Amino acid sequence: MNPNPAPNPAIGHNIVPKMTARDVNVFYGQKQAIKNVSIDVSSEHVTAFIGPSGCGKSTFLRCLNRMNDTVDGARVEGRIELDSQDIYAPAMDVVQLRARVGMVFQKPNPFPKSIYENVAYGPRIHGLARAKADMDNIVESALRRAGLWDEVKDRLAESGTAMSGGQQQRLCIARAIAVDPEVILMDEPCSALDPIATARIEELIDELRGRYAIVIVTHNMQQAARVSQKTAFFHLGTLVEYDDTSAIFTNPKATRTKDYITGRYG
Amino acid sequence: MTAMPIIPPLPERQPTDWTSPAMQARLAARYRGERNFRRMGAAALLIAASFLAFLLFTIVRDGWSGFLRTEARVEVTFTAATLDVDPAAVAGPNGAATLARADYLALMNEAAKGLDPAAGTLSDAAWLALRDRLLADPALLGQRVTVWVPVRSTIDLLAKGKYDLSAPADSRGVSDREVEAWRWLEREGRLRTGFNAAFLGNADSTEPELAGIGGAALGSLFTLFITIIIAFPLGVLSAVWLEEFAPRGRLADVIELSINNLAAVPSIIFGLLGLAFFLNFAGLPRSSPLVGGITLALMIMPVIVIAARVAIKAVPPSIRDAALGIGASPIQVVFQHVLPLSLPGIMTGTIIGIARALGETAPLLLIGMRAFVTDVPQGITAPATVLPMQVFLWSDDVQRGFVEKTSAAILVLLVILITMNSLAIYLRNRFERRW
Repeated sequence: MNPNPAPNPAIGHNIVPKMTARDVNVFYGQKQAIKNVSIDVSSEHVTAFIGPSGCGKSTFLRCLNRMNDTVDGARVEGRIELDSQDIYAPAMDVVQLRARVGMVFQKPNPFPKSIYENVAYGPRIHGLARAKADMDNIVESALRRAGLWDEVKDRLAESGTAMSGGQQQRLCIARAIAVDPEVILMDEPCSALDPIATARIEELIDELRGRYAIVIVTHNMQQAARVSQKTAFFHLGTLVEYDDTSAIFTNPKATRTKDYITGRYG
Repeated sequence: MTAMPIIPPLPERQPTDWTSPAMQARLAARYRGERNFRRMGAAALLIAASFLAFLLFTIVRDGWSGFLRTEARVEVTFTAATLDVDPAAVAGPNGAATLARADYLALMNEAAKGLDPAAGTLSDAAWLALRDRLLADPALLGQRVTVWVPVRSTIDLLAKGKYDLSAPADSRGVSDREVEAWRWLEREGRLRTGFNAAFLGNADSTEPELAGIGGAALGSLFTLFITIIIAFPLGVLSAVWLEEFAPRGRLADVIELSINNLAAVPSIIFGLLGLAFFLNFAGLPRSSPLVGGITLALMIMPVIVIAARVAIKAVPPSIRDAALGIGASPIQVVFQHVLPLSLPGIMTGTIIGIARALGETAPLLLIGMRAFVTDVPQGITAPATVLPMQVFLWSDDVQRGFVEKTSAAILVLLVILITMNSLAIYLRNRFERRW
């Protein structure tokens, strides 16, 4: 435990929380990666996690859908709730949790299957479609929401890995949307993309706002400023500051935040 | 303030002269070394290839005639009296059964008298040709027909020119009487050499002209069938568990080390295990493809586990993340993503393991598959032998006729092995996925 806990920064004022985290600590073996993080994430906003490399923002993101369970030696303490339900409780089904809290990864990782199969896979394993027509509808609406439909509607049978990087990443977003999640976690979704593809993804995030609670980890402060309404600044495993994005970028309260966003380090 | 140590200035470095003779000599030496190394590599390859070519050449030279067989023309009258059958019974409802039980040996001896100076040249099993002929067409009863029957191995080899007839009679391995008989048959135009279907269809025999690899091939097939159905699922499931589910730690290290060591254990030790456990303790039938297959499965399972683990490891973690991230359970991740993607690699490893099992003799010696089996095996519990064992048995035989059979059997074994390895390479190239 941190012998000298920092004063709890704003957990997130005047928002209706979709997910709440209280006093979360994460250990990889002996090493503590996250120290006493408490935060609320709202449905209405896009929340950005920023901070220098190794500050724990991705680690914390992966706690929100329990992807850290798959890492050997990872241990999570504290309490994380989705709609006031403890997601680390024994009663919580992790498979269902990950359907409700979808994830988009840093590197586009479509399955080496057809575009259609990529999107249909999630609904199929969760039994969301009874008939072929239902599935067709789910696939089409997911691809439409991901802004990919017009580009791929004539080649749904082609391999998902044959597309460009930006299209692959939007396919991964469509794949996450197809299981009708409540929260979408994005782990540096644009870091492997060129500026045009990045702009397309940012537009898409903006279109998806309000329908899903979106949490995005990013290295790129301009991106955080462009796409998010709430920003959390992580440093050395602690949550330093959490506020409206405009406040973080124009009037940061903590000196560390100020130094980071003005480019003193990171 | 402490005194700074005084660093003497570095001597001025002279500009490098890239065209000096010393530089040119160094460059030439470098090229020379490179040329020599390439020549050594090419020479090594040439030596290896010539060994292989020599091996193949000798096997083909000795073995191709094993696929041919010499037959003699015999005139025979299917007399009911000699056959010891009642013509009325033959015409009756059980005619076929009656004909099958007839005395063809007597008929053959009768017919052989027509080849007077060469009467003893026909194979002991020549009567089978008469029976087959009559059973195929019962109307021939009482008629005189011409039948081609196999000759003894010595005559067969004489016809193929395998004896040096200029050598003295006592050292050439064939008697004057046999040579005379062969010359008479040739003069009369009673010999022909054709494709030896019996070699591919028959089982082993004491007579070279009757021996075939059909029994051993079927024995190999049964054995490999047992090997595959045991080793493949066990090997793949072990690999999946070790790669995807096993907790990392000392136990996993010990298991990994054991599997790697097991893959290197001499095969004869697996034979001892098979003898001690499956035959003596479990009481399974000796010499059977069942026991042989289980023993070979134990032998190749580590090979499959290692190949499958490598193939599973090659599936990128991002695919697992992707599937887990939309709520697939670990079992779904394995069976719907990891295994399909790693299957080509697993198949390649499995085929290589099976090819090794196909060529294995040592463990099978110990569980009694070194049996002299004259019948094509009827099932997995019947006594059987396998192809490489047949090669071993024939190479041990004193009869001259088995020399070409040995090489011919090696050719068949090599063709099967090359086919299997080609399949493995094809699968790897066709389905291998790159990320």
